[in-house]
Amino acid sequence: MSKGRKPPVNESRRKFLVRSMQAVGISILGGVVWGAFVKENTYDPLAIRPPGALPGDDFLKKCIKCGLCVEACANRPTVPYKNGKKMITLRLASPGDNKPLGTPYFIPRDVPCYMCEDIPCVVACPTGALEPDLVSSLVDGKKSLDINKARMGVAVIDHKNCIAFWGLQCDACYRACPLLDEAIYIVPSRNPRTGKHAFMVPQVDPDHCTGCGLCEHACVTEKAAIFVLPREVALGKAGKHYLKGWEEHQEINGYEPQEEKKEKGKSPESYLNSEDLLNE
Amino acid sequence: MAKVSQEERSLNLSRRDFLKSAAAVSAATAVGMSVPKEALAKASEAETGWRWDKAACRFCGTGCGVLVATKDDRVVAVKGDPKAPVNRGLNCIKGYFLAKIMYGEDRLTKPLLRVNEKGEFDKKGKFKPVSWQKAYEIMVKKFKEAYNELGPEGVAIFSSGQYTIMEGYAAAKLMKAGFRSNNIDPNARHCMASAVAAFIQTFGIDEPAGCYDDIELTDTFVLWGSNMAEMHPVLWARVIDRKLSNPDKVKLVVLSTFTHRSVDLADIPIIFKPNTDLAIQNYILHEIVYNHPEAIDWDFVKNYCTFATGYVDIGYGMRGNPEHPKYTEKEKQTMRKEVVKTISEDEAVALKYLNLKPGDKLKMKHRKQAGKHWVISFEEFKKALEPYTLDYVARVAKGDPDEPLEEFKKKLKALADLYIEKGREVVSFWTMGFNQHTRGTWVNEQNYAIHLLLGKHAQPGNGAFSLTGQPSACGTAREVGTFAHRLPADMVVFNPKHREISEKIWRVPKGTINPKVGANIVQIMRDLEDGKIKWAWVNVCNPWQDTANANHWIKAAREMDNFIVVSDSYPGISAKVADLILPAAMIYEKWGAYGNSERRTQHWKQQVTPPGEAMPDEWHLIEFSKFFKLKEVWKEWKLSDGTVLPNVLEEAKKMGYDPEMTLYDVLFSEEAFKKTIPNVDISWPQPVAYHPITKEKHLNTSAEGDKRGVKGVDGKEWKGYGFFIQKALWEEYRLFGLGHGHDLADFDTYHKVRGLRWPVVDGKETLWRFNAKYDPYARKYGKGKDFAFYGPALKKIPEGDLYGPKKGTKVDLTNRAKIFFRPYMEPPEMPDKEYPFWLATGRVLEHWHSGTMTMRVPELYRAMPQAFCYMHPEDAKKLGVKDNDLVWVESRRGKIKARVKTRGRNRPPRGLVFVPWFDERVYINKVTLDQRCPISKQTDYKKCAVKIYPA
Repeated sequence: MSKGRKPPVNESRRKFLVRSMQAVGISILGGVVWGAFVKENTYDPLAIRPPGALPGDDFLKKCIKCGLCVEACANRPTVPYKNGKKMITLRLASPGDNKPLGTPYFIPRDVPCYMCEDIPCVVACPTGALEPDLVSSLVDGKKSLDINKARMGVAVIDHKNCIAFWGLQCDACYRACPLLDEAIYIVPSRNPRTGKHAFMVPQVDPDHCTGCGLCEHACVTEKAAIFVLPREVALGKAGKHYLKGWEEHQEINGYEPQEEKKEKGKSPESYLNSEDLLNE
Repeated sequence: MAKVSQEERSLNLSRRDFLKSAAAVSAATAVGMSVPKEALAKASEAETGWRWDKAACRFCGTGCGVLVATKDDRVVAVKGDPKAPVNRGLNCIKGYFLAKIMYGEDRLTKPLLRVNEKGEFDKKGKFKPVSWQKAYEIMVKKFKEAYNELGPEGVAIFSSGQYTIMEGYAAAKLMKAGFRSNNIDPNARHCMASAVAAFIQTFGIDEPAGCYDDIELTDTFVLWGSNMAEMHPVLWARVIDRKLSNPDKVKLVVLSTFTHRSVDLADIPIIFKPNTDLAIQNYILHEIVYNHPEAIDWDFVKNYCTFATGYVDIGYGMRGNPEHPKYTEKEKQTMRKEVVKTISEDEAVALKYLNLKPGDKLKMKHRKQAGKHWVISFEEFKKALEPYTLDYVARVAKGDPDEPLEEFKKKLKALADLYIEKGREVVSFWTMGFNQHTRGTWVNEQNYAIHLLLGKHAQPGNGAFSLTGQPSACGTAREVGTFAHRLPADMVVFNPKHREISEKIWRVPKGTINPKVGANIVQIMRDLEDGKIKWAWVNVCNPWQDTANANHWIKAAREMDNFIVVSDSYPGISAKVADLILPAAMIYEKWGAYGNSERRTQHWKQQVTPPGEAMPDEWHLIEFSKFFKLKEVWKEWKLSDGTVLPNVLEEAKKMGYDPEMTLYDVLFSEEAFKKTIPNVDISWPQPVAYHPITKEKHLNTSAEGDKRGVKGVDGKEWKGYGFFIQKALWEEYRLFGLGHGHDLADFDTYHKVRGLRWPVVDGKETLWRFNAKYDPYARKYGKGKDFAFYGPALKKIPEGDLYGPKKGTKVDLTNRAKIFFRPYMEPPEMPDKEYPFWLATGRVLEHWHSGTMTMRVPELYRAMPQAFCYMHPEDAKKLGVKDNDLVWVESRRGKIKARVKTRGRNRPPRGLVFVPWFDERVYINKVTLDQRCPISKQTDYKKCAVKIYPA
């Protein structure tokens, strides 16, 4: 983009300040927004945060709502335009967004994270709320930024409304995925209805999905049939007491047998000497 | 159709949905709640129902069948037709959005003319809406100026593989029989011409022997330059289904110059250097002839084939005068190779049989006889293949510099083994990788050579199969013959017999049709640039976006003294450079028919009224014919090469025509059709005009006008031609093919079936041509033999050796196919120090061609909003650019900006970039080179040299 089209450096920051002031003004004026304001000060489990964001409350504790990450996101040279308007990924929560005010988040369906290799938002963070270590890997013994390590969320597919599961040849999400064949891969299977057109359905591998939302953005259904949710919301947990015997190099370092919590008053005798079950 | 009715009645809203919303409405009414408007609409839709009718998809050459729902004169939904044999109810994402393509915000709804402030036409003026009457007034005036000054060579039509068959036929008839001009050539030239040339040279008749059923029957798929996963997704689903049905036996080999979606799923992925597919196929032939002679099906070869070759010094389809004043010195560096090319080390090995050595200057002496070929012996054929050893070919062809040579060799060997394996069935598919090639005809012919030599052609599950790109490249452009050299049903203008047959069917005087081949699509552009064509009409295509080296053609349109008319539905680049724009009806706003890749013809009915003042293309063409009297067109003309088109007015009078009659009277009026097809009912309406279930009469804007009462070209309300014009055009067109191996069924039949694959003989379609078991013509001509390659073209050719033909010889090749030897040669422009990258262009799944329709579907736009420059990560690193950074892609001809993509669907090897062409803001055809296969005149968009630097 030519230099002339760049907005003033501090535009987004200023905008945020103005918006915050407006918010304060509104809250002084009436009590109506108080409810929202209270809600907007607490942890929102559905917010999709920038790359490298510390988990949950830790992020909120460290984020000073300075807006520098948003500014960095807006000023990167690769910001796409739509009808002459900048499509900026990160936004700062303002009243009505139902997120803690002033904290950065993004809505993938509107503007996804484009996974910049130099991760300007993380670099800009002065407090470590966006932690470079969480988006770095070792290259030749040196720690360097690696956006593929980002875990902003995880893509989830609604099998009922994804048209690939109907047999249509879509896979728009797969082709939009920056980690194609890793984060999203295609599973072909035979289609017994037609007898000759394979299903080619997308699957997400949470081990690789960064939650960038390029898939959700590209999805062609009216409401996206693939969408990003925070990992804590979307993913289950199998527990550490059982390991996959068929995976040789499974990570077992983290395994520490935990003492099971004992239920009070539960002993063999209390069971054996109780007459219930027998006399009922 | 009756059987389908149950399904057709199953509306988009399922019964359960309907009950739910109906219940919601009554509950809401009871308690006095207001019902959201959407719910009301839903309920009422469910109550009144939609009308479903069958049609074909608008987009690619696959030819999926769809069902279209209309309500209140609007297409409200589409579904895949579960009865359609091609797709059985499925679609790709373009088909998924068929219901939306006609409703973009900026549909063209009024004629637009460039005018000055006084409202007069001004080439430098701005577009303003005008009436159809005013539009035609200036269009006719400008036509007559050019026509009277330059004759039939001074006007041209850019035609299309997306015309309906009837539109293409009307355009060809108007140009060839009316204006006596062969300057009509389709965008299909850019897409299928090499396939056509190879079909004609090899078999004497156009289009594939096999059909899609081959997919379920074969053991092996070899994709040569075809990214089926994105370009023919529904066929790809069939390929993958077949693979899954027997994963160990069924093999998939994909050859490409970069890794793409189809390569990803291949058992053997082969990345080769641009143009070296010529060498790879010769390696396979070498392997057969030298190392596995037992694999040759001698019975097949001796009975049904012959060996042949042609000239190599044929140029590259660039301008014959490389010192053209309008070209820069940089451009000329490449253009000069059109006249003389220095033989490289690699080429010298391949051209050893002609005693050429590295450094020799090859003068392009046979540019004008590029297609000439002659019979050679098997010994000569074998001798020519001698240099194509695995060592040589692997060294020349390896496309990924990071792949070990030994790995690459193993893959080539494995590919050859699959073809050779006795009893293994093989289908080779290709699209633009072969066809858009400086030696496109050759590379097609080499593939037939492999299949024919092994006796693996024209049988279920066995054959070389050219896939088409456009929905009716076969049905319209090729079968109707909207080309500069063609007439319907594979006939050609330079054959006096063919002209005579056509003149008889059209009932025009003998000598009317111009015998001189007209300007092909690139030549039309060059002639506009040179001031040799001064009036051009764009029909159903976007030539200013799709023609290579576009900077020249933009200037030609805007700066030369000429008049460009564009008939279109949405404004694109071609409309932007035009002088007059005519609003066109879209697919389901008119009656039509398309013919797909497997020779399947599918018809549909008009479903809705076009918007604004938009009218069907057939109407644009036929209305134009009303402005020309016979005495203006059928007089004597002297062509630029001295050929004289005789005055045929006297002859016309003898046929009962008056010189004051118009071309409409003679070519398109009801009276004219009553003479050419006297036994066909062409009245409107008639039973086929009614919906089979609802019994409603379908719209027919051309035949009877419509509710809009559009003021036509005479300023009066349009009330229709008064007869069934589309049926008349179809039935007359059909006369050309009947009894000649191109038989099509009658109009009404196609409205009862899900398409038929021609030749349709005694009501039966033909699945495998040239095979006596399946093709009645093969039985007729083969007289008891199993096969007959009965195509009649180019069947009497000279005999000779590898150097050339022997004078005065002629061999009769009736019922035989030709096994061509064609050598490896380099393209004229290859990467060098200054321009170090190969550039390949192509399509993506989300967008159709130049994006005029699909970029207007918000969901498809969002899924793929811009064309990227796909690049190897190492190259990006070296250039100092990251993903999404803007770079300049610059060639000797032009430059464009695009964003870099190093991860994703297309992953080029180091040294090559891929840029799709759908995005007019990434106008990549400003960069590409107008190099062409000298035989087919099809442009090679798959390779030229560029440099890349940060923007």
